[in-house]
Amino acid sequence: MNVDRPVLLSARGLGRRYAGVSALRGVDLDIRGGEVLAIVGENGAGKSTLLKLLSGVVAPSEGSLQVADADAGIALVHQELNLAENLDVAGNVFLGREPRTAGFLNLRAMHGDARRWLATVGLHIDPATPCGALPIAHRQLVEIAKALSANARILILDEPTSSLTAPEVERLLAIMADLRARGTAVVFVSHHLDEVLRIADRVLVLRDGAVTGTLARGDFDRSTLERLMVGRDLTPAARRAASTSARTTATRHPTIRLRADAVVTRHHRRRAVSLQVRAGEVVGLAGLVGSGRTELLESIAGIVPHGGRVCLDGGAVAAGAVARTRAGIALVPEDRARNGILADEPVSTNVSLAWIDRHSNRGRIDAPGERTLVRSVVDRVLLRPADPARTVRTLSGGNQQKTVLGRWIAVQPAVLLLDEPTRGVDVGARAEIHAEVRRLADAGAAVLFASSELEEVLMLADRVLVMHDGGIAGELALHEATEEAIMHLATGGAA
Amino acid sequence: MKKNLGILGILLAVCVVASIFGDNFLTGYNLQNLTQRSALFGILALGASIVIVTGGIDLSIGSVVCLAGISVPWLLVEHEWSPWAVVPAVLAGSALIGLFHGLLITRLRLQPFLVTLCGLLLYRGIARWMTGDQSQGFQGEFDSVRALALARFPVGLETYSVPATVIPLVLLAVALAVFLRRTVWGRWLLATGRNESAARYSGIPTDRLVTGAYVACSLFAGLGGMLFIFDIGSAQPSDFGNFYELYAIAAAVLGGCSLRGGEASVVGVLLGAATLQVLRTAIILLGLSSQLEFAVIGAVLLVGVSADELVRRLRERRAERAAAP
Repeated sequence: MNVDRPVLLSARGLGRRYAGVSALRGVDLDIRGGEVLAIVGENGAGKSTLLKLLSGVVAPSEGSLQVADADAGIALVHQELNLAENLDVAGNVFLGREPRTAGFLNLRAMHGDARRWLATVGLHIDPATPCGALPIAHRQLVEIAKALSANARILILDEPTSSLTAPEVERLLAIMADLRARGTAVVFVSHHLDEVLRIADRVLVLRDGAVTGTLARGDFDRSTLERLMVGRDLTPAARRAASTSARTTATRHPTIRLRADAVVTRHHRRRAVSLQVRAGEVVGLAGLVGSGRTELLESIAGIVPHGGRVCLDGGAVAAGAVARTRAGIALVPEDRARNGILADEPVSTNVSLAWIDRHSNRGRIDAPGERTLVRSVVDRVLLRPADPARTVRTLSGGNQQKTVLGRWIAVQPAVLLLDEPTRGVDVGARAEIHAEVRRLADAGAAVLFASSELEEVLMLADRVLVMHDGGIAGELALHEATEEAIMHLATGGAA
Repeated sequence: MKKNLGILGILLAVCVVASIFGDNFLTGYNLQNLTQRSALFGILALGASIVIVTGGIDLSIGSVVCLAGISVPWLLVEHEWSPWAVVPAVLAGSALIGLFHGLLITRLRLQPFLVTLCGLLLYRGIARWMTGDQSQGFQGEFDSVRALALARFPVGLETYSVPATVIPLVLLAVALAVFLRRTVWGRWLLATGRNESAARYSGIPTDRLVTGAYVACSLFAGLGGMLFIFDIGSAQPSDFGNFYELYAIAAAVLGGCSLRGGEASVVGVLLGAATLQVLRTAIILLGLSSQLEFAVIGAVLLVGVSADELVRRLRERRAERAAAP
């Protein structure tokens, strides 16, 4: 460790609460010039909160944050890049700080300076190129050049490699090493432990909002980091397996209900996914953000076009959401507000939406039948308040999610796909939603759900598929599925 | 229903003002004339509201009125087609125009505003070119067909009879109301307007519904255009139907359709269409300059939608306060 290097930023007891709930607490950290610091942890461990605190996007609710030199800028490069696509590269590098002559843009100076800053990140392109025309990897480098040109001494990268190809990752790592050699502090978050192991001088491990270890090079290896990230010995799955060991046997689930044959999604064109789910089985789809779980579920549901085949009870189902839904494949989407609810309609309209055409008399809505159905669904999912006339917008997140789930309970789907089934849902409602999913499976549905929360995967799944980089990295039976094993596969470890 | 009370209030207020300050407002002749025009514009407004429910817009209504309307005497008189062929042909042509819009919007994902703006220019131009920009009329013939718009049904009053255009209006209004409230596709159309993505994720054939909405809108406009030309007897391709899309959209919005989609009231739309026509008449009867017509309609529309938005926010705030623990 470079103890002789200057400390650029130091945090003591840093923490942040959101609406009374602690997202991060007790972080002690010194960031020195000329080092690469990696921050690792599960989804929801507090990584993003820490980055926001360090970069000043949000203010700490406890502890202190001291910057050694007021001129030493801190720049955060977001995972979702924030470039103005309609402007050219030079315009983005100097956005808000454009060199001016008598009030007019000095384009010559702007392009010349931009060229020099781009060269420092190894990018040799024309500064007049529109940013919208650049590949993701180049945009990222433009963002870094922009940060450096603004005199950033601390560069913070949030999952910089998540959308890069292997050679692009190599190049970025080389640039990070180069910046380190020039005395810049580089802080980065990554889900890929391989990268962390290769470049980081120090690693900060977070779990459940607290630091579980700050390790210097030489003190960390893959297994140490995985253990610190997960940290629990007896997993929920192991506990549940002891009580319901018979559940996973194939004899219990005789028919293969859902089969995906070499499904290729739009985002991961070089990876084909094949999987099968038996009737009555609940399969968890684990993986880190960006590993392709949502794309896979939306492909199976027919929302987005895909390659390969999707079969139900042995027969291929036609493409498109209309055909897939009619055949009995239902999806509870990740983004409830955008793709799930009709916010300004009552619960009743939301719940009966997919049901009404199956129980109509030549298109005429069966109004008494609809009322009975909605009533029974509202009671079954324990909606609070249990009022079918209530506008969905006024319900809590958990009850909105129950409404979307209720839509599919009404039609008893053959295949139920759920994407982050309990995001933004409180603990009580979560248990009720889990129980309802299990009931649908017991009634014969094949359930496939994606979750970023390992605990949820282990609580609900009979079997776990782990995705990494658009493909299935491995399959874990209930007794093998520990958080360590899942993280190992999800971060690109060998199966 | 509460929303309909608002527009009913505006309609009654305009009627009261017009009958107090204008001498001829409450005459049978004027009321009969108003009924006729309200019915004709009501048909256009119903069509516009179907498209607005999906969150779209149709700016080509006036030009479709012109092309369909002008085609009727042009085919009957210049090309000597039989009325039995002309009416179905013109309606089918109008539906095809709607299909064209719908496919461009759902398949090519073009914006409805853009597609129908091009339509507005396109059909007007075709109508003018087709007729050599010459006025088209029935030349005193074809009274039996024109009776579709000109017939009057006595209701026991000396000076007031119900115009024939009320019949198609009522039939379409009832059909649309039943469609929206009682059928699966109507429910799905409203759901598509509320949140097209959520509807798609629920397995609803949103593209087909949206296409159907544009077909219906152009069909209504074509029917309206036919009835307009039957009513007035002859028209100039260069100005027939000008701005009618704006009357139709304004009526739909006054009647409670949200341009964000998902909301419609058939009764409200009819009241909105009537309000605009009463307003136009009132401007003349009150002795205001007819050059002020558009300004007055614009002002009333602005006041109406502003009041609606304010009431909505007030109600929302009250609901939020009630929902808070």
